[in-house]
Amino acid sequence: MKQVLDGNEAAATAAKLARVKVVSAYPITPQTTIVEKLAEFIANGELDAEYIKVESEHSALSACIGAAATDVRTFTATSSQGLMLMSEILFVASGLRLPIVMTNVNRSLSAPLSIWCDQQDSMAVRDSGWVQLYCENNQEILDTTLQAFRVAEELLLPVMVCFDGYILSHTAEPIEIPEQAEVDKFLPVYKFPNPLDPEKPVTMGPLGVPEYYEEFRYMLQEAMHASKEKLVEVDKEFKKRFGRYYGLIERYRSDDADVILLTMGSLSSSAKEVVDTYRKRGEKVGLVKVRSFRPFPVKELIGALGQAKAVAVLEKDISLGSAGGLFLDAAASFINVKPAPLMLNFICGLAGRDVSPLQIKEAVRAAAKAAETGKVRRAVRWLGLREKVVGLKV
Amino acid sequence: MKVEPIEEELVAPGHRACAGCGCILAMRYALKALGKDVIVSMATGCMEVVTTPYPETAWRVPWIHVAFENTAAVASGIEAALKVLGKKHVKSVAIAGDGGTADIGLQALSGAIERGHNFLYICYDNEAYMNTGIQRSGATPYKAWTTTTPIGKVKRGEDRPKKDLPAIVAAHGAPYIATASVAYPLDFIKKVKKAAAIEGPTYIHVHTPCTPGWRIDESKTIEVARLAVLTGSWVLYEIEQGKLNVTFKPPKRRPVVEYLKLQGRFRHLTDEDISEIQRAVDEQCKRFGIG
Repeated sequence: MKQVLDGNEAAATAAKLARVKVVSAYPITPQTTIVEKLAEFIANGELDAEYIKVESEHSALSACIGAAATDVRTFTATSSQGLMLMSEILFVASGLRLPIVMTNVNRSLSAPLSIWCDQQDSMAVRDSGWVQLYCENNQEILDTTLQAFRVAEELLLPVMVCFDGYILSHTAEPIEIPEQAEVDKFLPVYKFPNPLDPEKPVTMGPLGVPEYYEEFRYMLQEAMHASKEKLVEVDKEFKKRFGRYYGLIERYRSDDADVILLTMGSLSSSAKEVVDTYRKRGEKVGLVKVRSFRPFPVKELIGALGQAKAVAVLEKDISLGSAGGLFLDAAASFINVKPAPLMLNFICGLAGRDVSPLQIKEAVRAAAKAAETGKVRRAVRWLGLREKVVGLKV
Repeated sequence: MKVEPIEEELVAPGHRACAGCGCILAMRYALKALGKDVIVSMATGCMEVVTTPYPETAWRVPWIHVAFENTAAVASGIEAALKVLGKKHVKSVAIAGDGGTADIGLQALSGAIERGHNFLYICYDNEAYMNTGIQRSGATPYKAWTTTTPIGKVKRGEDRPKKDLPAIVAAHGAPYIATASVAYPLDFIKKVKKAAAIEGPTYIHVHTPCTPGWRIDESKTIEVARLAVLTGSWVLYEIEQGKLNVTFKPPKRRPVVEYLKLQGRFRHLTDEDISEIQRAVDEQCKRFGIG
């Protein structure tokens, strides 16, 4: 059945189809309509779940932890400052190996205060032991959220489904809604091994003495690595059942490209348009989209980018004092690999600023020049920067 | 109500609590009152650390620790899950120290009580951040020495009175709130049983001396805790459906100096300080109708 849904409705619909039993959430722009929609589903009896209207995002995730450990499927959603407030608990959720699924509607971080889209929020918590998947459109949001529950519960890892605020969250598209019966076959009933149960007492979250802590972290890292294979496996099964497949990365006209744009999220759609205009002129420009940022698809990127002359990484985040997070990981993927493409980083679209085709072309031109000369003059640049505002000479 | 603590030790011996620890006694008594059908969520703090050095645990009931400030939120999630699973016989019990309750955990506690979850929250109050090495909390009493309220040339000990946590919880309209002391175990156990049986958010605040933090002899824990009650410094009461009931009135109130003088944290007090504290205790007792 097709319905016209915005990204937030798609996420809420996926949580409903997954038959989540405890929703624990706090309103924050631009995520709010997800938790409103879920409240509506519950109020209308369309979703049989407890809804904990917590007093903060910190408590939202804390309550999810309590519920998930007591053996029920949980869901929460947040954005930006909310994600920052729960950041302490993100690490605990993964350390406790609780398969919580959360939507993060990407929004910039204060200060200055901004409610508009970029990916600084989820990028800031990339080390928290959560699988991070970035969506390009609303169909992908619904499908990825359903897949997230399977991956989370089979590997005992929390999964964060990220998508761009407003650009996707508040933009409606016709999307295919799977039948409940089909989803039930895809997603079995939640079963957490060794839950909190008086019949069989367990201690969760003990004091980890130095003799053991490192092994706990190692096992978590191993699970994150294993999630790569699991994501592919679940994706394939999803395709069999529902006909759609996404991959860890998407290669778009990139196989023979000399210059490749590397992107995440909705920016990928705009950049694909630009790729098409170059291809029409016979220029070998392609795009690779990263869908799974954690685990980071090192092998897949080496395969997809290795033959290019230059890669332009476009991203809506910045690790202040360094470079963009996607760029850093993409560059590190080639640390011991030859041949390796030259890499350029373009910070763009912060706090909802439009990334225009002209700006994307500017990135392509710079990468093409690097490919031609074999030199990168400046690795990290900002696109669309209003030079006058920051006192730079134009 | 007849008090029948169970024989079984659900908080096992072999934990790492200090000799003479008042807090671990509170844990033991609480579980004797609650029995097996509980899920305990515990804040970071002394009791969490001393009972669960991996791979050992003192807990013979399901137990989870998540962080410092969110115990009440974790307990909310557990309660919601128990509701979903239809496990009506299992109680969600949150346990935290005074720092985890009065300071960093106050927001989560307030939210959970206001939402009306069916859970019991027990605050074990040793009147400072003892796990990190005796720093003052909102529950530290007036004039007490701690490492962050040292006895200096200009400032001498804690300069603010103790935060009245049970009153804050009472302002939320919780159906049952009680104070207790490890020196009065049957009173404590009775209150825990009562609180656990009530559907809705209930709160017990138990006074638990800390031997290193209060600078008291390891053999004096109960004596000191009892003197807190006998001097009127700590009042044992319950508030049931808004109705106050003082559960123990000291027959003849002893002067507060008897309580203070056993504790090194009050060693620096002048006669004037002691008189000031006595006046505050007198006022408190008047409010509770204690002579």
